[in-house]
Amino acid sequence: MALEIQRERYRSKVGQVVLGATKEEGGTRSHTVTVGGESTLPFLHFEGEMPHRPVIALEITDMVPEWNPCFGEYYDDVFEDTAAWAKKCVDEYGADLVQIRLQSADPDLQDRSPEECAATVKKVLETVGVPLIVIGCGKAEKDNLIYPVVAEAAAGENLLLGVAEVENYKAITSSCMANLHNVIALSPIDINICKQLNILIAEMSMVMNGRIIIDPCMSALGYGIEYTYSIMERARLGALQGDRMLSMPMIGNIGHEVWRTKEANTPVEDAPGWGERAERAVLWEATTAMAFLQAGLDILVMRHPRAAALVRKNIDELMQDNSY
Amino acid sequence: MIIIGERINGMFQDIAKAIRERDGSIVQEWAKKQEQNGARYLDINVGPGSAAPIEAMVWLVEETQKASDLPLCLDSTNYDAIEAGLKVCKRPAMINSVPAEAEKMDRVFTLAAEYDSEVICLAMSAEGIPKDSESRVALAMELVATGDGYGVPIENLYIDPLVLPCNVAQDHGPEVLETLRQVKLISDPPPKTVVGLSNASQGTRDRELVNRVFAVMAMACGLDAAIADACDDELMSAVATARILLNIDIYCDSYVDVFKQA
Repeated sequence: MALEIQRERYRSKVGQVVLGATKEEGGTRSHTVTVGGESTLPFLHFEGEMPHRPVIALEITDMVPEWNPCFGEYYDDVFEDTAAWAKKCVDEYGADLVQIRLQSADPDLQDRSPEECAATVKKVLETVGVPLIVIGCGKAEKDNLIYPVVAEAAAGENLLLGVAEVENYKAITSSCMANLHNVIALSPIDINICKQLNILIAEMSMVMNGRIIIDPCMSALGYGIEYTYSIMERARLGALQGDRMLSMPMIGNIGHEVWRTKEANTPVEDAPGWGERAERAVLWEATTAMAFLQAGLDILVMRHPRAAALVRKNIDELMQDNSY
Repeated sequence: MIIIGERINGMFQDIAKAIRERDGSIVQEWAKKQEQNGARYLDINVGPGSAAPIEAMVWLVEETQKASDLPLCLDSTNYDAIEAGLKVCKRPAMINSVPAEAEKMDRVFTLAAEYDSEVICLAMSAEGIPKDSESRVALAMELVATGDGYGVPIENLYIDPLVLPCNVAQDHGPEVLETLRQVKLISDPPPKTVVGLSNASQGTRDRELVNRVFAVMAMACGLDAAIADACDDELMSAVATARILLNIDIYCDSYVDVFKQA
Protein backbone atom coordinates (compact mmCIF):
# COMPACT_ATOMS: atom_id res chain seq x y z
CA MET A 1 0.00 0.00 0.00
CA ALA A 2 1.39 3.37 -0.99
CA LEU A 3 2.27 5.77 1.79
CA GLU A 4 -0.15 8.68 1.83
CA ILE A 5 1.55 11.97 2.66
CA GLN A 6 -0.54 14.12 4.93
CA ARG A 7 -0.65 17.69 3.70
CA GLU A 8 -2.13 20.61 5.54
CA ARG A 9 -4.55 22.60 3.43
CA TYR A 10 -5.12 26.24 4.21
CA ARG A 11 -8.11 28.34 3.31
CA SER A 12 -6.28 31.52 2.52
CA LYS A 13 -2.89 33.04 1.86
CA VAL A 14 -0.68 35.96 2.82
CA GLY A 15 -1.28 39.15 0.87
CA GLN A 16 1.35 40.43 -1.55
CA VAL A 17 2.98 43.82 -1.22
CA VAL A 18 5.03 45.44 -3.99
CA LEU A 19 7.81 47.79 -2.92
CA GLY A 20 9.31 50.41 -5.21
CA ALA A 21 8.13 51.61 -8.59
CA THR A 22 9.91 51.64 -11.94
CA LYS A 23 9.78 54.50 -14.43
CA GLU A 24 6.73 52.99 -16.12
CA GLU A 25 5.02 52.83 -12.74
CA GLY A 26 5.72 56.43 -11.84
CA GLY A 27 8.95 56.00 -9.89
CA THR A 28 12.64 55.75 -10.66
CA ARG A 29 13.56 52.30 -9.26
CA SER A 30 15.48 49.91 -11.52
CA HIS A 31 13.12 47.14 -10.37
CA THR A 32 10.47 46.40 -7.78
CA VAL A 33 10.51 43.86 -4.95
CA THR A 34 7.39 41.81 -4.17
CA VAL A 35 6.96 40.10 -0.81
CA GLY A 36 4.27 37.84 0.65
CA GLY A 37 1.87 35.57 -1.18
CA GLU A 38 2.63 32.45 0.87
CA SER A 39 -0.12 29.82 0.90
CA THR A 40 1.64 27.57 3.40
CA LEU A 41 4.04 27.80 6.34
CA PRO A 42 7.59 28.85 5.45
CA PHE A 43 9.48 26.71 2.93
CA LEU A 44 6.96 23.85 2.89
CA HIS A 45 7.01 23.89 -0.89
CA PHE A 46 5.36 20.49 -0.94
CA GLU A 47 2.27 21.91 0.71
CA GLY A 48 1.71 25.26 -0.95
CA GLU A 49 3.23 28.20 -2.73
CA MET A 50 5.95 30.52 -1.59
CA PRO A 51 6.03 32.70 -4.69
CA HIS A 52 8.54 35.26 -3.43
CA ARG A 53 11.78 34.56 -1.58
CA PRO A 54 12.43 36.45 1.64
CA VAL A 55 14.52 39.56 0.95
CA ILE A 56 17.40 41.14 2.83
CA ALA A 57 17.62 44.86 3.47
CA LEU A 58 20.84 46.30 4.84
CA GLU A 59 20.35 49.12 7.30
CA ILE A 60 22.07 52.48 7.15
CA THR A 61 21.63 55.74 9.02
CA ASP A 62 21.84 59.34 7.86
CA MET A 63 24.62 60.16 10.34
CA VAL A 64 27.70 58.36 11.60
CA PRO A 65 26.20 55.70 13.85
CA GLU A 66 27.50 54.58 17.22
CA TRP A 67 27.93 51.02 16.04
CA ASN A 68 30.49 48.47 17.11
CA PRO A 69 33.91 49.50 15.73
CA CYS A 70 34.02 46.29 13.68
CA PHE A 71 31.77 47.96 11.09
CA GLY A 72 34.58 50.43 10.29
CA GLU A 73 36.24 47.78 8.16
CA TYR A 74 33.19 47.75 5.89
CA TYR A 75 31.81 51.26 6.02
CA ASP A 76 34.49 53.73 7.25
CA ASP A 77 34.71 55.31 3.80
CA VAL A 78 30.95 55.88 3.50
CA PHE A 79 29.67 56.49 7.04
CA GLU A 80 29.44 60.23 6.37
CA ASP A 81 27.78 59.95 2.97
CA THR A 82 24.40 58.25 3.21
CA ALA A 83 23.98 57.85 -0.55
CA ALA A 84 27.45 56.35 -1.01
CA TRP A 85 26.74 54.05 1.93
CA ALA A 86 23.52 52.87 0.32
CA LYS A 87 25.35 52.27 -2.95
CA LYS A 88 28.00 50.19 -1.22
CA CYS A 89 25.29 48.07 0.45
CA VAL A 90 23.78 47.32 -2.94
CA ASP A 91 26.85 47.08 -5.17
CA GLU A 92 29.27 45.32 -2.83
CA TYR A 93 27.09 43.53 -0.32
CA GLY A 94 24.17 42.60 -2.54
CA ALA A 95 21.34 44.17 -0.53
CA ASP A 96 17.88 43.58 -2.04
CA LEU A 97 16.67 46.73 -0.31
CA VAL A 98 18.20 49.50 1.76
CA GLN A 99 16.65 50.79 4.99
CA ILE A 100 17.54 54.35 5.97
CA ARG A 101 16.99 55.38 9.55
CA LEU A 102 16.65 59.17 9.75
CA GLN A 103 18.54 59.23 13.02
CA SER A 104 19.91 62.75 12.58
CA ALA A 105 16.42 64.23 12.93
CA ASP A 106 16.38 63.25 16.61
CA PRO A 107 16.00 66.53 18.55
CA ASP A 108 18.61 65.26 21.03
CA LEU A 109 21.11 64.54 18.26
CA GLN A 110 21.36 66.82 15.24
CA ASP A 111 17.69 67.88 15.09
CA ARG A 112 17.77 68.01 11.30
CA SER A 113 14.69 69.40 9.60
CA PRO A 114 12.12 67.36 7.65
CA GLU A 115 13.35 69.07 4.48
CA GLU A 116 16.94 67.98 5.14
CA CYS A 117 15.68 64.44 5.73
CA ALA A 118 13.76 64.54 2.46
CA ALA A 119 16.87 65.75 0.64
CA THR A 120 18.83 62.79 2.01
CA VAL A 121 16.16 60.36 0.86
CA LYS A 122 16.07 61.99 -2.58
CA LYS A 123 19.83 61.68 -2.89
CA VAL A 124 19.74 58.00 -1.98
CA LEU A 125 16.94 57.47 -4.52
CA GLU A 126 19.13 59.08 -7.18
CA THR A 127 22.11 56.93 -6.25
CA VAL A 128 20.67 53.41 -5.95
CA GLY A 129 18.04 51.56 -7.98
CA VAL A 130 16.62 49.26 -5.27
CA PRO A 131 13.37 50.08 -3.45
CA LEU A 132 13.86 51.92 -0.16
CA ILE A 133 12.65 51.51 3.37
CA VAL A 134 12.67 54.79 5.31
CA ILE A 135 12.10 54.94 9.04
CA GLY A 136 11.99 57.90 11.38
CA CYS A 137 14.26 58.84 14.25
CA GLY A 138 12.04 57.15 16.81
CA LYS A 139 10.74 60.32 18.50
CA ALA A 140 7.06 60.36 17.57
CA GLU A 141 6.57 64.12 17.70
CA LYS A 142 9.42 64.78 15.32
CA ASP A 143 8.68 61.80 13.11
CA ASN A 144 5.14 63.07 12.54
CA LEU A 145 6.64 66.20 10.99
CA ILE A 146 9.04 64.19 8.85
CA TYR A 147 6.61 61.67 7.32
CA PRO A 148 4.55 64.08 5.17
CA VAL A 149 7.60 65.88 3.82
CA VAL A 150 9.57 62.75 2.98
CA ALA A 151 6.47 61.00 1.59
CA GLU A 152 5.76 63.91 -0.72
CA ALA A 153 9.36 64.32 -1.85
CA ALA A 154 9.43 60.63 -2.75
CA ALA A 155 5.93 60.53 -4.26
CA GLY A 156 5.65 57.79 -6.86
CA GLU A 157 8.57 55.77 -5.47
CA ASN A 158 6.34 53.40 -3.49
CA LEU A 159 8.53 53.50 -0.39
CA LEU A 160 8.10 51.39 2.68
CA LEU A 161 7.72 53.98 5.42
CA GLY A 162 7.96 53.30 9.14
CA VAL A 163 6.79 53.11 11.73
CA ALA A 164 3.10 53.24 12.65
CA GLU A 165 2.17 52.26 16.20
CA VAL A 166 -1.20 52.07 17.94
CA GLU A 167 -0.51 55.32 19.80
CA ASN A 168 0.75 57.04 16.68
CA TYR A 169 -0.42 55.82 13.29
CA LYS A 170 -2.47 58.58 11.74
CA ALA A 171 0.24 60.97 10.53
CA ILE A 172 2.29 58.27 8.83
CA THR A 173 -0.77 56.54 7.37
CA SER A 174 -2.07 59.82 5.92
CA SER A 175 1.34 60.47 4.39
CA CYS A 176 1.33 57.02 2.80
CA MET A 177 -2.26 57.40 1.58
CA ALA A 178 -1.62 60.78 -0.01
CA ASN A 179 1.54 59.71 -1.83
CA LEU A 180 0.91 55.99 -2.32
CA HIS A 181 3.59 54.51 -0.12
CA ASN A 182 3.52 51.41 2.09
CA VAL A 183 3.56 51.46 5.86
CA ILE A 184 5.24 49.39 8.57
CA ALA A 185 2.77 48.58 11.38
CA LEU A 186 4.76 47.93 14.54
CA SER A 187 3.25 46.17 17.55
CA PRO A 188 5.07 45.23 20.76
CA ILE A 189 5.17 41.40 20.48
CA ASP A 190 1.39 41.34 20.89
CA ILE A 191 -0.89 39.59 18.41
CA ASN A 192 -4.01 41.46 19.55
CA ILE A 193 -2.44 44.88 19.12
CA CYS A 194 -0.91 43.76 15.84
CA LYS A 195 -4.36 42.91 14.48
CA GLN A 196 -5.99 46.02 15.92
CA LEU A 197 -3.36 48.30 14.39
CA ASN A 198 -3.85 46.73 10.97
CA ILE A 199 -7.58 47.35 11.31
CA LEU A 200 -7.06 50.97 12.35
CA ILE A 201 -4.77 51.62 9.38
CA ALA A 202 -7.05 49.80 6.93
CA GLU A 203 -10.03 51.77 8.23
CA MET A 204 -8.37 55.05 7.33
CA SER A 205 -8.54 54.29 3.62
CA MET A 206 -9.15 51.49 1.15
CA VAL A 207 -5.90 52.64 -0.44
CA MET A 208 -4.01 50.97 2.39
CA ASN A 209 -5.23 47.50 1.37
CA GLY A 210 -2.10 45.69 0.26
CA ARG A 211 0.14 48.44 1.61
CA ILE A 212 0.73 47.24 5.17
CA ILE A 213 3.78 45.31 6.37
CA ILE A 214 3.67 43.89 9.91
CA ASP A 215 6.63 44.47 12.23
CA PRO A 216 5.93 42.10 15.13
CA CYS A 217 8.92 43.59 17.01
CA MET A 218 12.10 41.58 16.85
CA SER A 219 14.06 40.15 19.72
CA ALA A 220 17.56 38.71 19.50
CA LEU A 221 18.62 35.15 20.16
CA GLY A 222 18.81 34.80 23.93
CA TYR A 223 16.66 37.87 24.50
CA GLY A 224 13.13 36.57 24.06
CA ILE A 225 13.35 35.35 20.48
CA GLU A 226 10.79 32.67 21.31
CA TYR A 227 8.14 35.27 22.19
CA THR A 228 8.44 37.01 18.85
CA TYR A 229 8.63 33.66 17.10
CA SER A 230 5.36 32.42 18.57
CA ILE A 231 3.57 35.69 17.82
CA MET A 232 4.73 35.47 14.21
CA GLU A 233 3.65 31.86 14.00
CA ARG A 234 0.20 32.75 15.33
CA ALA A 235 -0.16 35.65 12.91
CA ARG A 236 0.87 33.51 9.97
CA LEU A 237 -1.48 30.66 10.90
CA GLY A 238 -4.23 33.26 11.30
CA ALA A 239 -3.46 34.60 7.83
CA LEU A 240 -3.52 31.12 6.30
CA GLN A 241 -6.82 30.36 8.01
CA GLY A 242 -8.41 33.44 6.52
CA ASP A 243 -7.87 36.24 9.05
CA ARG A 244 -7.51 39.13 6.62
CA MET A 245 -6.36 41.51 9.34
CA LEU A 246 -3.26 39.39 9.94
CA SER A 247 -2.55 38.44 6.36
CA MET A 248 0.26 40.92 5.72
CA PRO A 249 3.92 40.13 5.03
CA MET A 250 6.31 40.71 7.95
CA ILE A 251 9.47 42.76 8.42
CA GLY A 252 12.02 42.62 11.24
CA ASN A 253 14.91 44.83 12.33
CA ILE A 254 17.25 42.00 13.18
CA GLY A 255 20.57 43.85 13.08
CA HIS A 256 19.31 46.60 15.34
CA GLU A 257 18.32 44.07 18.02
CA VAL A 258 21.29 41.71 17.76
CA TRP A 259 23.91 44.44 17.91
CA ARG A 260 22.58 45.58 21.28
CA THR A 261 23.32 42.22 22.90
CA LYS A 262 26.36 41.58 25.03
CA GLU A 263 27.15 38.49 22.97
CA ALA A 264 27.69 40.68 19.91
CA ASN A 265 29.83 43.24 21.68
CA THR A 266 31.82 41.67 24.55
CA PRO A 267 35.51 41.33 23.61
CA VAL A 268 37.01 37.85 23.84
CA GLU A 269 39.33 38.98 26.69
CA ASP A 270 36.25 39.59 28.90
CA ALA A 271 34.62 36.28 27.98
CA PRO A 272 37.27 33.82 26.86
CA GLY A 273 34.80 30.93 26.77
CA TRP A 274 32.64 32.65 24.16
CA GLY A 275 35.20 32.58 21.39
CA GLU A 276 36.42 35.30 19.08
CA ARG A 277 34.04 38.29 19.08
CA ALA A 278 33.83 39.07 15.37
CA GLU A 279 32.84 35.54 14.43
CA ARG A 280 30.49 35.25 17.38
CA ALA A 281 28.64 38.46 16.55
CA VAL A 282 28.16 37.60 12.90
CA LEU A 283 26.83 34.17 13.82
CA TRP A 284 24.54 35.71 16.46
CA GLU A 285 22.94 37.94 13.84
CA ALA A 286 22.77 35.20 11.20
CA THR A 287 21.30 32.64 13.60
CA THR A 288 18.66 35.07 14.82
CA ALA A 289 17.73 35.82 11.21
CA MET A 290 17.54 32.15 10.25
CA ALA A 291 15.17 31.45 13.13
CA PHE A 292 12.86 34.23 11.98
CA LEU A 293 12.94 32.93 8.41
CA GLN A 294 11.32 29.79 9.80
CA ALA A 295 8.64 31.90 11.49
CA GLY A 296 7.73 33.52 8.19
CA LEU A 297 9.71 36.76 8.08
CA ASP A 298 9.53 38.26 4.59
CA ILE A 299 11.88 41.25 4.91
CA LEU A 300 15.00 40.88 7.05
CA VAL A 301 16.68 44.14 7.96
CA MET A 302 20.28 43.24 8.76
CA ARG A 303 23.44 45.07 9.70
CA HIS A 304 26.56 42.98 9.15
CA PRO A 305 27.38 42.23 5.49
CA ARG A 306 28.86 38.82 6.40
CA ALA A 307 25.79 37.85 8.42
CA ALA A 308 23.62 38.93 5.47
CA ALA A 309 25.71 36.78 3.12
CA LEU A 310 25.27 33.73 5.36
CA VAL A 311 21.51 34.26 5.52
CA ARG A 312 21.27 34.74 1.75
CA LYS A 313 22.93 31.34 1.31
CA ASN A 314 20.48 29.88 3.79
CA ILE A 315 17.55 31.36 1.83
CA ASP A 316 18.96 29.93 -1.42
CA GLU A 317 18.97 26.48 0.14
CA LEU A 318 15.53 26.84 1.72
CA MET A 319 13.98 28.01 -1.53
CA GLN A 320 15.04 24.79 -3.30
CA ASP A 321 11.90 22.96 -4.31
CA ASN A 322 11.11 20.21 -1.81
CA SER A 323 7.75 19.23 -3.24
CA TYR A 324 7.03 15.60 -3.94
CA MET B 1 -20.23 29.72 13.29
CA ILE B 2 -21.68 30.61 9.92
CA ILE B 3 -24.83 32.68 9.91
CA ILE B 4 -27.42 31.81 7.28
CA GLY B 5 -29.55 34.93 7.03
CA GLU B 6 -33.22 34.00 7.51
CA ARG B 7 -34.90 37.16 6.34
CA ILE B 8 -35.76 36.39 2.70
CA ASN B 9 -38.75 34.27 3.63
CA GLY B 10 -42.33 34.59 2.44
CA MET B 11 -43.46 34.22 6.04
CA PHE B 12 -42.48 37.85 6.45
CA GLN B 13 -45.16 40.09 5.05
CA ASP B 14 -42.84 42.40 3.13
CA ILE B 15 -41.28 39.44 1.29
CA ALA B 16 -44.70 37.87 0.64
CA LYS B 17 -45.82 41.17 -0.84
CA ALA B 18 -42.62 41.48 -2.88
CA ILE B 19 -43.23 38.01 -4.33
CA ARG B 20 -46.85 38.81 -5.16
CA GLU B 21 -46.00 42.08 -6.84
CA ARG B 22 -42.65 40.92 -8.23
CA ASP B 23 -40.96 43.86 -6.55
CA GLY B 24 -37.27 42.91 -6.45
CA SER B 25 -36.07 45.98 -4.57
CA ILE B 26 -37.21 44.70 -1.16
CA VAL B 27 -35.52 41.34 -1.69
CA GLN B 28 -32.31 42.99 -2.81
CA GLU B 29 -32.34 45.34 0.14
CA TRP B 30 -32.58 42.43 2.58
CA ALA B 31 -29.87 40.54 0.74
CA LYS B 32 -27.47 43.47 1.09
CA LYS B 33 -28.43 44.25 4.66
CA GLN B 34 -27.88 40.69 5.84
CA GLU B 35 -24.58 40.38 4.01
CA GLN B 36 -23.30 43.63 5.48
CA ASN B 37 -24.15 42.45 8.95
CA GLY B 38 -22.19 39.22 8.69
CA ALA B 39 -24.47 36.64 7.02
CA ARG B 40 -22.43 34.17 4.93
CA TYR B 41 -25.37 32.37 3.27
CA LEU B 42 -28.83 33.67 2.50
CA ASP B 43 -31.85 31.45 3.15
CA ILE B 44 -34.46 31.66 0.41
CA ASN B 45 -38.01 30.57 1.28
CA VAL B 46 -41.09 31.47 -0.74
CA GLY B 47 -43.33 31.05 2.30
CA PRO B 48 -46.33 28.82 2.91
CA GLY B 49 -48.93 30.84 1.03
CA SER B 50 -47.25 31.08 -2.33
CA ALA B 51 -49.57 30.12 -5.19
CA ALA B 52 -46.80 29.16 -7.61
CA PRO B 53 -43.84 28.11 -5.45
CA ILE B 54 -41.58 27.04 -8.32
CA GLU B 55 -41.79 30.33 -10.17
CA ALA B 56 -41.53 32.22 -6.91
CA MET B 57 -38.36 30.36 -5.95
CA VAL B 58 -36.69 31.06 -9.28
CA TRP B 59 -37.65 34.71 -9.05
CA LEU B 60 -36.38 35.06 -5.46
CA VAL B 61 -33.05 33.42 -6.35
CA GLU B 62 -32.57 35.68 -9.34
CA GLU B 63 -33.46 38.84 -7.45
CA THR B 64 -31.21 37.94 -4.52
CA GLN B 65 -28.29 37.23 -6.83
CA LYS B 66 -28.61 40.73 -8.29
CA ALA B 67 -27.65 42.17 -4.90
CA SER B 68 -25.32 39.63 -3.34
CA ASP B 69 -22.71 37.05 -4.28
CA LEU B 70 -23.33 34.99 -1.14
CA PRO B 71 -24.20 31.32 -1.61
CA LEU B 72 -27.91 30.60 -1.17
CA CYS B 73 -29.75 28.15 1.04
CA LEU B 74 -32.88 27.01 -0.82
CA ASP B 75 -35.52 26.36 1.80
CA SER B 76 -38.59 24.40 0.75
CA THR B 77 -40.39 21.12 1.20
CA ASN B 78 -41.27 21.28 -2.48
CA TYR B 79 -38.31 19.61 -4.16
CA ASP B 80 -39.40 20.71 -7.61
CA ALA B 81 -39.06 24.28 -6.41
CA ILE B 82 -35.60 23.50 -5.02
CA GLU B 83 -34.49 21.92 -8.26
CA ALA B 84 -35.74 24.92 -10.23
CA GLY B 85 -33.84 27.19 -7.83
CA LEU B 86 -30.63 25.16 -8.13
CA LYS B 87 -30.75 25.56 -11.89
CA VAL B 88 -30.50 29.33 -11.63
CA CYS B 89 -28.01 29.53 -8.74
CA LYS B 90 -24.71 31.02 -9.91
CA ARG B 91 -22.66 29.12 -7.31
CA PRO B 92 -23.12 25.87 -5.38
CA ALA B 93 -26.03 26.23 -3.00
CA MET B 94 -27.36 24.53 0.12
CA ILE B 95 -30.56 22.49 0.07
CA ASN B 96 -32.80 23.05 3.09
CA SER B 97 -33.75 20.30 3.91
CA VAL B 98 -34.22 16.53 3.95
CA PRO B 99 -35.46 14.22 6.74
CA ALA B 100 -34.40 10.59 7.16
CA GLU B 101 -37.07 9.24 4.83
CA ALA B 102 -35.96 7.01 1.97
CA GLU B 103 -37.94 8.62 -0.84
CA LYS B 104 -37.04 12.18 0.09
CA MET B 105 -33.37 11.29 0.64
CA ASP B 106 -33.28 9.73 -2.81
CA ARG B 107 -34.61 12.88 -4.42
CA VAL B 108 -32.49 15.34 -2.44
CA PHE B 109 -29.17 13.50 -2.46
CA THR B 110 -29.50 12.92 -6.19
CA LEU B 111 -29.97 16.65 -6.64
CA ALA B 112 -27.07 17.42 -4.28
CA ALA B 113 -24.70 15.15 -6.18
CA GLU B 114 -25.78 16.64 -9.50
CA TYR B 115 -25.56 20.30 -8.43
CA ASP B 116 -22.63 19.97 -6.01
CA SER B 117 -24.90 21.26 -3.24
CA GLU B 118 -24.61 21.14 0.48
CA VAL B 119 -27.60 19.61 2.30
CA ILE B 120 -29.28 20.32 5.62
CA CYS B 121 -30.27 16.91 7.02
CA LEU B 122 -33.02 16.86 9.61
CA ALA B 123 -32.70 14.41 12.50
CA MET B 124 -36.28 13.25 12.09
CA SER B 125 -38.11 10.47 10.29
CA ALA B 126 -41.66 9.84 9.14
CA GLU B 127 -42.41 9.11 12.78
CA GLY B 128 -41.49 12.61 13.81
CA ILE B 129 -38.78 14.14 15.97
CA PRO B 130 -37.32 11.83 18.59
CA LYS B 131 -36.74 13.27 22.03
CA ASP B 132 -33.50 11.69 23.17
CA SER B 133 -30.14 12.47 21.64
CA GLU B 134 -29.31 8.81 20.90
CA SER B 135 -32.24 8.53 18.50
CA ARG B 136 -31.37 11.85 16.89
CA VAL B 137 -27.77 10.71 16.39
CA ALA B 138 -29.00 7.40 14.93
CA LEU B 139 -31.02 9.33 12.34
CA ALA B 140 -27.99 11.53 11.63
CA MET B 141 -25.96 8.39 10.94
CA GLU B 142 -28.62 7.12 8.58
CA LEU B 143 -28.60 10.44 6.73
CA VAL B 144 -24.79 10.55 6.51
CA ALA B 145 -24.54 6.95 5.32
CA THR B 146 -27.23 7.49 2.70
CA GLY B 147 -25.71 10.78 1.48
CA ASP B 148 -22.33 9.09 1.22
CA GLY B 149 -23.90 6.38 -0.89
CA TYR B 150 -25.07 9.01 -3.37
CA GLY B 151 -21.58 10.49 -3.59
CA VAL B 152 -22.30 13.61 -1.54
CA PRO B 153 -19.12 14.49 0.45
CA ILE B 154 -19.74 14.23 4.20
CA GLU B 155 -18.36 17.77 4.69
CA ASN B 156 -21.27 18.99 2.56
CA LEU B 157 -23.85 17.62 5.00
CA TYR B 158 -25.25 19.76 7.83
CA ILE B 159 -27.07 17.79 10.50
CA ASP B 160 -29.93 19.76 12.05
CA PRO B 161 -30.83 18.15 15.41
CA LEU B 162 -34.07 20.16 15.34
CA VAL B 163 -34.56 22.78 17.97
CA LEU B 164 -38.01 23.08 19.51
CA PRO B 165 -39.49 26.06 21.34
CA CYS B 166 -38.16 26.20 24.87
CA ASN B 167 -41.57 27.05 26.30
CA VAL B 168 -43.31 23.94 24.99
CA ALA B 169 -40.51 21.36 24.72
CA GLN B 170 -38.08 22.41 27.40
CA ASP B 171 -36.71 18.91 27.85
CA HIS B 172 -35.48 18.82 24.25
CA GLY B 173 -32.88 21.56 24.88
CA PRO B 174 -30.18 19.42 26.51
CA GLU B 175 -30.84 16.61 24.01
CA VAL B 176 -30.21 18.97 21.11
CA LEU B 177 -26.95 20.17 22.65
CA GLU B 178 -25.83 16.60 23.30
CA THR B 179 -26.72 15.67 19.71
CA LEU B 180 -24.50 18.50 18.43
CA ARG B 181 -21.58 17.01 20.40
CA GLN B 182 -22.24 13.39 19.41
CA VAL B 183 -22.72 14.08 15.70
CA LYS B 184 -19.07 15.09 15.46
CA LEU B 185 -18.07 11.55 16.46
CA ILE B 186 -20.03 9.59 13.86
CA SER B 187 -17.55 9.88 11.01
CA ASP B 188 -14.14 11.23 10.03
CA PRO B 189 -14.40 13.79 8.59
CA PRO B 190 -17.57 14.52 10.56
CA PRO B 191 -20.64 16.17 9.07
CA LYS B 192 -21.32 19.79 9.93
CA THR B 193 -24.16 20.92 12.15
CA VAL B 194 -26.82 23.59 11.81
CA VAL B 195 -29.85 24.78 13.76
CA GLY B 196 -32.83 26.96 12.99
CA LEU B 197 -32.08 29.31 15.84
CA SER B 198 -35.37 31.18 16.01
CA ASN B 199 -37.24 27.94 16.70
CA ALA B 200 -35.82 27.95 20.22
CA SER B 201 -37.71 31.12 21.08
CA GLN B 202 -40.98 30.55 19.22
CA GLY B 203 -43.83 31.91 21.35
CA THR B 204 -41.62 33.26 24.12
CA ARG B 205 -41.76 36.86 25.25
CA ASP B 206 -38.10 37.82 24.95
CA ARG B 207 -37.28 35.96 21.78
CA GLU B 208 -33.98 37.64 20.98
CA LEU B 209 -32.51 36.89 24.39
CA VAL B 210 -33.37 33.20 24.05
CA ASN B 211 -31.86 33.10 20.55
CA ARG B 212 -28.58 34.73 21.64
CA VAL B 213 -28.07 32.52 24.66
CA PHE B 214 -28.92 29.38 22.74
CA ALA B 215 -26.54 30.38 19.95
CA VAL B 216 -23.50 30.64 22.21
CA MET B 217 -24.41 27.45 24.14
CA ALA B 218 -24.70 25.56 20.86
CA MET B 219 -21.43 27.03 19.61
CA ALA B 220 -19.72 25.67 22.71
CA CYS B 221 -21.04 22.24 21.66
CA GLY B 222 -19.45 22.63 18.23
CA LEU B 223 -22.30 24.10 16.16
CA ASP B 224 -21.09 25.09 12.68
CA ALA B 225 -23.99 27.14 11.32
CA ALA B 226 -27.32 28.68 12.25
CA ILE B 227 -30.23 29.99 10.26
CA ALA B 228 -30.74 33.21 12.14
CA ASP B 229 -31.51 36.90 12.09
CA ALA B 230 -28.27 38.44 10.85
CA CYS B 231 -29.70 41.88 11.50
CA ASP B 232 -29.88 41.26 15.26
CA ASP B 233 -26.75 43.18 16.21
CA GLU B 234 -26.69 41.76 19.71
CA LEU B 235 -26.84 38.23 18.33
CA MET B 236 -24.00 38.91 15.92
CA SER B 237 -21.94 40.46 18.73
CA ALA B 238 -22.59 37.43 20.93
CA VAL B 239 -21.52 35.09 18.13
CA ALA B 240 -18.37 37.12 17.46
CA THR B 241 -17.56 37.03 21.18
CA ALA B 242 -18.16 33.29 21.41
CA ARG B 243 -15.72 32.82 18.52
CA ILE B 244 -13.10 34.70 20.55
CA LEU B 245 -13.81 32.74 23.74
CA LEU B 246 -13.62 29.45 21.83
CA ASN B 247 -10.27 30.56 20.36
CA ILE B 248 -11.57 30.43 16.79
CA ASP B 249 -10.67 34.04 15.92
CA ILE B 250 -7.69 35.99 17.25
CA TYR B 251 -8.75 38.73 19.63
CA CYS B 252 -8.42 42.42 18.85
CA ASP B 253 -10.45 45.35 20.17
CA SER B 254 -12.50 45.62 16.96
CA TYR B 255 -13.29 41.90 16.76
CA VAL B 256 -17.05 42.42 16.39
CA ASP B 257 -16.63 44.66 13.34
CA VAL B 258 -14.06 42.31 11.88
CA PHE B 259 -16.43 39.35 12.27
CA LYS B 260 -19.19 41.17 10.41
CA GLN B 261 -16.89 42.25 7.59
CA ALA B 262 -14.90 39.05 7.24
